[in-house]
Amino acid sequence: MIGRISGPLMAAVVFVALCWAMLGLPAEPAGLGREAFGALERSGVTNPVTAVLLNYRAYDTLLELAVLVLAAVGVWSLRTMPASQFEQRCDPLLAALLRFLLPLLLVTGGYLLWIGSSAPGGAFQGGALFGGALVLMLLGGQVSRRALARTSLLRAGLWFGLLLFCGVGLTMTFGGRAFLEYPPERAGTLILLIECGATLSIGMILAALFFGGRPEAGSGKSHEGEQ
Amino acid sequence: MSGTPHLLFLFTGALLFALGLRGVFSTAPPLRRIIALNVMSSGVFLVFIALAAAAEGGRPDPVPQAMVLTGIVVAVCANGLALALTGARRSLDGTGEEEGP
Repeated sequence: MIGRISGPLMAAVVFVALCWAMLGLPAEPAGLGREAFGALERSGVTNPVTAVLLNYRAYDTLLELAVLVLAAVGVWSLRTMPASQFEQRCDPLLAALLRFLLPLLLVTGGYLLWIGSSAPGGAFQGGALFGGALVLMLLGGQVSRRALARTSLLRAGLWFGLLLFCGVGLTMTFGGRAFLEYPPERAGTLILLIECGATLSIGMILAALFFGGRPEAGSGKSHEGEQ
Repeated sequence: MSGTPHLLFLFTGALLFALGLRGVFSTAPPLRRIIALNVMSSGVFLVFIALAAAAEGGRPDPVPQAMVLTGIVVAVCANGLALALTGARRSLDGTGEEEGP
């Protein structure tokens, strides 16, 4: 009896407690909005969210990229890619759709990456589209076994964004600045550079997570379970 | 700042969080618990965005927005890892496809 009601009871208690806590919040939370908007001119971008992500709180984003890489490493270390993930599919309908969709996804992803400095968009949105494009290519059987067997290249792609980010951050320290403290006049270029690397890696990491395991290195021969 | 819609979003976020929490700590199959985790994180994101929208000066606060963006990406990764772990456990258990009712 207690076991049956304890779950809903716990949920109800948590809900009431959270609502009670939220009633105590100020109607207009002070937040950091004023500071964020105030320093926008020196951040190198005009989109405040991008400024927060890649300038004021670049540490967060750097560590987030590290989390992404760790998740991909975790998935790849658990097992090899299930063979069913990549049976050669030759669905003509999907292939035709992909011919139309892939350029659209790539262009939109690149646009989102570029527009991120002045409007909603950025590395994560662009990377999500690139990741989606890669997943679609895999589902459509457009990724050859040979390409997937080049695991060192794939691994390099997974790490590239994080290493580039770290590299840019460390370069700043040589100029007498703090780690990831950009000079205001070049901040825009540096942020775009970091975002380009991050977009590529995020796309590949999302696809790598979808693989569900590491692709087998070497000859690209099929593994067990092939029909 | 009109208080009512703001509170509606906050309470909805709290509700999603509580429902998700109940699912995460249930004995449901792993896939359902992973989905519950997502419901839970959606609640958190909703609260953050509602707080960002209610910021002083009428301009949405970019800091919570950036945190939600970070959170979404981390949640996606956590999902990927959780699903891979579920799959790995399943293959360790043997052939069983079913984990429960």
